[in-house]
Amino acid sequence: MIHQLFLASGPGSTNIDPVFDKVLFWILAVMAVSAALGMILVRHAVHCALMLAVVMLSLAVMYAMQGAPFLAFVQVIVYTGAVLMLFLFVVMLVGTNSAESLTETIRGQRLWAALAGIALVALLIIGIGHAAIGSAPPQSSAFSTDNLTGLARLIFTTYVFPFEITSALLMTAALGAMVLAHRERTEPKPTQREVARRKIASGQVQPEPPPGVYALHNAVDMPAMLPDGTTSDRSVSHAVAQRDVQLGRDPQGVITVDLATGMRIDAERAIETGARGTEESGA
Amino acid sequence: MSPAGYVFLSVILFVIGAVGVLVRRNAILIFMSVELMLNACNLAFVSFARLHGNLDGQVVAFFVMVVAAAEVVIGLAILMAIYRARRSASVDDATLLKF
Repeated sequence: MIHQLFLASGPGSTNIDPVFDKVLFWILAVMAVSAALGMILVRHAVHCALMLAVVMLSLAVMYAMQGAPFLAFVQVIVYTGAVLMLFLFVVMLVGTNSAESLTETIRGQRLWAALAGIALVALLIIGIGHAAIGSAPPQSSAFSTDNLTGLARLIFTTYVFPFEITSALLMTAALGAMVLAHRERTEPKPTQREVARRKIASGQVQPEPPPGVYALHNAVDMPAMLPDGTTSDRSVSHAVAQRDVQLGRDPQGVITVDLATGMRIDAERAIETGARGTEESGA
Repeated sequence: MSPAGYVFLSVILFVIGAVGVLVRRNAILIFMSVELMLNACNLAFVSFARLHGNLDGQVVAFFVMVVAAAEVVIGLAILMAIYRARRSASVDDATLLKF
């Protein structure tokens, strides 16, 4: 069945079982639409990217079902593999904690957007319904060869000029990305001597302790304890600290409570040993 | 399944993407919504290729994928440049040309 699905040759002939075809279509359609809805409703950017991956993969299977196995693989490799990974990299660079606030800046924006969306769906479905419903797919294929050969013939004959233009476009895009990502250095690079001088002048010669050093708990969000018993906020990554705030955790508070408990226990022990000492001396 | 079903599905996905562009304010998510719209168009192209019994629609969908890849590269580079300058990926914060 799967073998048939992916090697369905020719544009009009998806030679798979019609019932299987229909069931697969509905499963994929429900999956794609719900994932797309989730994409525009979920707050976190990483979750949105994963939802988009689900949509793209189900579309890839649909391409395969419709006699376009080459496009199905291109969809998986280029879109899900490359483009979406690029999105995830940028999400990581910009910061995963950039969950947007849910307050509207334009009043009624969501409501009007939803209304406009419903209106657009109605318009398009009525228009396409008038045009396309009732026309069954032609079973005879215009191409006797398989999908890949037919596509290659078209790309390198009829569409060879757009194909060449595409290479220029891709090269321009690569150069443009390099130019945009490049940052001009506005000041000379500090030499090793200058770096060392600045370090001595700052008063903090030794490196800062990493998170968890001498802390009471072994976790990256636990600030390091300095030799004088205080904790250093600078030892915890900003993103980790922000995540703690989002989740309502307070590692600093835990440490304070633990320190207070420890001191109380020490004091009680001292009193206890003191009392035992007096008892022994009394006896 | 007849091509009409695929075309209606692509309409729904396209509109969801359009609503996403209108609603979301993080520029990355707006880009993702644009990608969703491009994918919906590709699905329509492939369906129409099957409907007409030739491969031209699939070639066009292939070109759309190439152009979308270039667009994403440039768009995300611009986004990174804006983020470096303004420390924010929200489209509300890029208001330098507004006043």
